[in-house]
Amino acid sequence: MSEHKTTEMLQEEAAKFWQDLEAKRAGGASLTPKDRTSVPPQEMPSRDPIQRAHEMGEVALGYTETQARVEAERCIQCGGAPCKKGCPVGVPIPEFIACIQKGDFKAAVDTIKQTNLLPAICGRVCPQEKQCQSFCTVGKMMKSPEKAVAIGRLERYVADWERANNKITVPTPAPETGKKVAVIGSGPAGLTVAADTRRAGHSVTVFEAFHKTGGVMVYGIPEFRLPKEIVSKEVENLKKMGVEFKTSFLVGRTETLEQLLDREGFDAAFIGTGAGLPKFLGIEGENLIGVFSANEYLTRANLMKAYDREHADTPLYDAKRVAVFGGGNVAMDGARMALRLGAEKVYCVYRRTRAEMPARAEEVAHAIEEGVDFHFLENPTKFIGDEKGKLIGVELLNYELGEPDASGRRKPVAIPGTEHVLDIDAAVVALGNESNPLMKQTTPDLEVNKRGNIIVDENQKTNIPRVWAGGDIVLGAATVILAMGEGRRAAASINEYLAGK
Amino acid sequence: MHKILEKRQLSYDKERDQSVYYFKVEAPEIARNRKAGQFIIFQIDDTWGERVPLTIADANAEEGWIAIVFQTVGASTRKFAAKFNVGDNVPVIVGPLGRPTHIEKKDGLVLCVGGGIGIAPLHPIVQANHEIGNKVVTIIGARTKELLFFEDEMKAASDELIVVTDDGTYGRKAVVTEPLKEICEKEKVSEIVSIGPAIMMKFCVAAARPFGVPITTSLNTIMIDGTGMCDCCRVSVGGETKFVCVDGPEFDGYKVDFDNMMQRMTAFKDKEREADHKCRIGLDAGKVSA
Repeated sequence: MSEHKTTEMLQEEAAKFWQDLEAKRAGGASLTPKDRTSVPPQEMPSRDPIQRAHEMGEVALGYTETQARVEAERCIQCGGAPCKKGCPVGVPIPEFIACIQKGDFKAAVDTIKQTNLLPAICGRVCPQEKQCQSFCTVGKMMKSPEKAVAIGRLERYVADWERANNKITVPTPAPETGKKVAVIGSGPAGLTVAADTRRAGHSVTVFEAFHKTGGVMVYGIPEFRLPKEIVSKEVENLKKMGVEFKTSFLVGRTETLEQLLDREGFDAAFIGTGAGLPKFLGIEGENLIGVFSANEYLTRANLMKAYDREHADTPLYDAKRVAVFGGGNVAMDGARMALRLGAEKVYCVYRRTRAEMPARAEEVAHAIEEGVDFHFLENPTKFIGDEKGKLIGVELLNYELGEPDASGRRKPVAIPGTEHVLDIDAAVVALGNESNPLMKQTTPDLEVNKRGNIIVDENQKTNIPRVWAGGDIVLGAATVILAMGEGRRAAASINEYLAGK
Repeated sequence: MHKILEKRQLSYDKERDQSVYYFKVEAPEIARNRKAGQFIIFQIDDTWGERVPLTIADANAEEGWIAIVFQTVGASTRKFAAKFNVGDNVPVIVGPLGRPTHIEKKDGLVLCVGGGIGIAPLHPIVQANHEIGNKVVTIIGARTKELLFFEDEMKAASDELIVVTDDGTYGRKAVVTEPLKEICEKEKVSEIVSIGPAIMMKFCVAAARPFGVPITTSLNTIMIDGTGMCDCCRVSVGGETKFVCVDGPEFDGYKVDFDNMMQRMTAFKDKEREADHKCRIGLDAGKVSA
């Protein structure tokens, strides 16, 4: 592990690069692509790993202005905008970076918001290295995707700049149409639909089952990765636009979808209820005390704020040795949360290797820096409990990588006879989610596939008239940006339908 | 917001310093859509409060209220009872949650068995069976006389009511399984519904087994979201993992692994004791300053 660089150190480095660039531009000369690509990618400043591993504060601190200006100059404006094709919502990336190059941060963020309403969130949680940045020409020229222009960090910078400087402009909705839209779920898909349909002048009500709005961004993604203040600011902006929020309202039970449409007079409804039904390993001992789904573990800590032992009524399970199972973002969140909740030793057990991990590269790097102990090519066979039914260990089996499977990743193959026990007192299972069955249970006519995901057409329309769906309830567990993309499509279709009514 | 319309203390357990309270609260949507067997989750604070599941004990759709009955066993329920009065608002109530009880016309009688705080959730099931015309025999039991409640309500909705106490201070001196067995021996029982502490439900299942009478039990596990998302309420039913919040709360008693359920319910016991202790100090201090 390389030495941790403080913000000041990174700022100093950036200032030097900026001076060099200014020198090259002296006398009105323009920068050549070589000038631009000779600058290395600017590192994201972060808090000291040893200290931050025990605190809930945000880990990645965001670029300084100089860093943002230097990083933006690394974009050569290659012309074809391949990066844009890698973005699920087609953010005009070269255009917003050009605004930063000119020093106009407000224009930059407004450019992003043409297609992405939540840049402060996406800049933090999008898997950029798998999307826009993987197509970046600079990365290709440097023969290393890690050297691509740091598009996500720039997106975050301008969005944070706008919020910090109170420059957020709330769009003025079109004149009232008198039409009512019900949005079910206040996660990324739902918030996007709410914004887009409200802009068109419809009356919009968002129904949320929890007592707080934001969905997975609030109960799932931890504070240290996505401060809740940012999510609540986005909700505030929607309220300013006139969107109404009803919390602790579980559509399907408090009122059914049918009642909303027929009795409450909603003209259209969007289902964005997410993928909330945790998958389990299906092995012996899974119901022992101390075995948690990542959903429970993270919800206690995030939404119920159990990490604040002084104030919160919701208890935490004290554990000194915690093992997290899985290799995605949720597994990283669980492992890093365990450290923050006081675990002395945290393992992450994943049956493939680091190269195959679905988690965002930055989260894996952060987890390693913070001291999470990765056990690659291992998988549990059973949980072991004491006489009181409390977890005391897990039996693991070693694996090796075989032929590629349907997902294109090399399939892990068990090595018989390699069973060994890891002593742990809590286990966090982060193997993903299946779709929550509640909407289907309470809306029998709604068509879903074998996995319980709602079936939609190319406009996100379900088989029920006036009902659209999108996000994880359609996609299975995916990402914030994909959910938003679906929300945009659905909102466009809803607006078109209501305009013709 | 849900305004408290009525508050009553139903019982007080001196030995354990625990009370049972009845709260009638405004909740028009829930009152309209709830069915027997369903529950709600409440919070006394929408930032720091714990989410506590409670079965709906009664409701009135026209008047737009539901009734909840709870025992002051932990910090949240203790604060709820001590700090909330008629006219106050409960910040969070979400529901109705869970699958409703399957109520159908039966040939034989329906035997409803409620123990302790389990008497409250049993009440709507007794009512619903009574309303559709089933013959209902209800057994309610508690450790001692002071802990019994809803005797009149149960009597009104049952063809016969049997009251038992462990110590014989009221009704018959017996545990609920004794009259359960006697009735199964002499009458045609189509279904037993048993709600109470896990250990009581486990013994009811054992008592019913020789007669082969179907027995439904309603489980009261720890929950957070109550919508199937967190899974902390999971139980083993017939060897499969089920979620009490969305698959239940009622399950075939013969299939429930009560031993595992009872173990899992102890997961946060130390914490609860700690919090309860802290809370009582806080409440006492409140009394002194008031």
